Amino acid sequence: MNKEVSTGTTIAAVEFKDGVVIGADSRTTTGPYIANRVSNKLTKVTDYIYCCRSGSAADTEAVSDIVHYHLSFYRMELGEEPRVRVAAHIFKDLCYNYRDSITAGIIVAGWDKHRGGQVFSIPIGGMITRMPFAIGGSGSTYLYGFVDANYKSGMSKEECLKFTANALALAMSRDGSSGGIINLAAITKHGVEKIILTGDEIPKFNEEF
Amino acid sequence: MAFLSGEYQWNTELWAHGPSPGKFYNFPGTSQESDQSDIVKRTLHPTVTGTSVMGIIFKDGIMLAADTLGSYGTLARYRDLSRVSVVNDATVIAAGGDYADFQYLKSVIEQRVIDENCYDDGFNYTPQSLFSWLTRVMYNRRSKYDPLWNTFAVGGINNGKPFLGYVDKIGTAYTSNTLASGFGAYLARPMMRDALEKNPDMSEEEAKAVIMRCMKVLHYRDARSLNRFEIVTVTKDGARVEGPLSIKPDWSIVRQSRCGKSS
Amino acid sequence: MEYAQKAVENSGTAIGIRGKDGVVFGVEKLVRSKLYEVGANKRIFNIDTHIGSAVAGLLADARHVVDTAREEAANYRYNYGESIPLKYLTNRVSMYVHAYTLYSSMRPFGVSMILGSYDEGLPQLYMIDPSGVSWGYFGCAIGKAQQTAKTEIEKLKTKEMPISEVVKEVAKIIHIVHDEVKDKAFELELSWVGEQTQGRHVLVPDDIKEEAIRYANEALKEPDDEEDQAIG
Repeated sequence: MNKEVSTGTTIAAVEFKDGVVIGADSRTTTGPYIANRVSNKLTKVTDYIYCCRSGSAADTEAVSDIVHYHLSFYRMELGEEPRVRVAAHIFKDLCYNYRDSITAGIIVAGWDKHRGGQVFSIPIGGMITRMPFAIGGSGSTYLYGFVDANYKSGMSKEECLKFTANALALAMSRDGSSGGIINLAAITKHGVEKIILTGDEIPKFNEEF
Repeated sequence: MAFLSGEYQWNTELWAHGPSPGKFYNFPGTSQESDQSDIVKRTLHPTVTGTSVMGIIFKDGIMLAADTLGSYGTLARYRDLSRVSVVNDATVIAAGGDYADFQYLKSVIEQRVIDENCYDDGFNYTPQSLFSWLTRVMYNRRSKYDPLWNTFAVGGINNGKPFLGYVDKIGTAYTSNTLASGFGAYLARPMMRDALEKNPDMSEEEAKAVIMRCMKVLHYRDARSLNRFEIVTVTKDGARVEGPLSIKPDWSIVRQSRCGKSS
Repeated sequence: MEYAQKAVENSGTAIGIRGKDGVVFGVEKLVRSKLYEVGANKRIFNIDTHIGSAVAGLLADARHVVDTAREEAANYRYNYGESIPLKYLTNRVSMYVHAYTLYSSMRPFGVSMILGSYDEGLPQLYMIDPSGVSWGYFGCAIGKAQQTAKTEIEKLKTKEMPISEVVKEVAKIIHIVHDEVKDKAFELELSWVGEQTQGRHVLVPDDIKEEAIRYANEALKEPDDEEDQAIG
């Protein structure tokens, strides 16, 4: 096994007033081969907290499984839904402590009753920071111009979904390691609302070759 | 770990050169690949990094400054990371290098300050004691071949006397009237030293003007810098973080010099 | 168990009151000998930045339980990156205290402990007794005069009071319940955590403490007005 199965990816998350919108493409590659064209990179850790995974598929799956375990336990012990910050902190601890052996770039996003919708970015070195919106994965490098030009604070849920879908579509068309379909989700106090965009539903931009 | 290695030795003694449980057996005579598990592999490279930090002593306090950029290689990825931290009323730190390592050390310091406050004996970290502790932490980590990839500036006042100290990832440490890491060591430090030589009794306002000038030059010449920074000042009145601030860059030279002309 | 409870009942009184914007602790620290330094054998402790505690009973046991609570708070901070909720801390410490009542080889802690915090705009107050039981309170008292102190607290409408007012009442109650005949010397310990301390648990500053003591002494002189002053 010379090459790792990795989620060469585009992931994104945006905070809005009552929650967060998260999104990801669906391509998993082993070198140039697409190992899975319909993968799900939006992974549930609690009913109100999800993570977007990029980097090694094996590592990020293991990490999110461990965080899921911790948070389930935390929820039982404290008798309340874990906060997004607590979830993000556990992700960070694992990513920081094992920084020399795992490849994981994770965005943690969700909703809690204390601080509403929150997005935390945990890049490869294992640092952590809260952001109004975050992008990650190999495809995100093609996106900085787009998001800086188009992000506005105070967007509605619909605007956030549109913004995320557009960003993912643009990255998927330029990044060879991103592609397939678009997985979107909005997390609010009402729970999770999932949206899948395939084929013609994926936003189109300049496609005149 | 000690337990495991002890058991391993016991196995080899019982059946020397034979296969030990749980290990691959290499037949004698075949080319032996080095046993991967014995090599401690550490990539040891920083990922999200901060650039220079700088500090200066003035008449009745100290001032540290650092921009708020977290670079991801050449990508200016995080533009709102605070690289200064207030430890207590009289002690502050600023950090360059790996941001994850800085966050780790910051959390360690925060817990130690809480522990110290719990004793309620009137003692707390002084700039000197924090600096001294930090030099040991940094040196110990580099001695384990697992350094904290940072440069730290520690500053504050103790018994009315200002203090400024520098520690880096290999444990090099010094105290001085002026200090700067990275590009700042080449660009900012000579400017600060010069200003302090001409004006040894520098006021807080004058010190801030020097720092602002240094930040401007760094922004001109350091490709990993950002025109958005924080200044933390410690005087007898306590520690105060200012910012994020920015400077107004001056591009008028483009019209004065030959290189600006299209010919 | 009964002996543990007795140890608490022999100790100087400690009270905790929850106001609308924080919690105030007061301790009647009996000074058994003139040879002690002023401020020796403190009975109010910091647990974390936002949590304080007052104890009654065997001081050595109390210090051990306090250490356990500090460790618990530090662990939570290390694992989850934020301050421990008081409800959870109380649960953990209660479990620890309770464990010492389960075995014949071990002696229960002769300690009752009041814990108070101010976190995200919410004041909270809990009490743990030697059996390991814990409850949340608006005001509670432990030690010698716990009954008298409780009655005094019940007279007040502390729920709506700011801690700047509560602190005076706490000083007053400690003075009221102090038995001049049986225990001569005592030191008043006062601490608080709330809005005006930026959510940090600290000792009440000397000037405010002096003022509270003055208020307490004046109130004691005219016991008939107690009721009015308490509300006003």
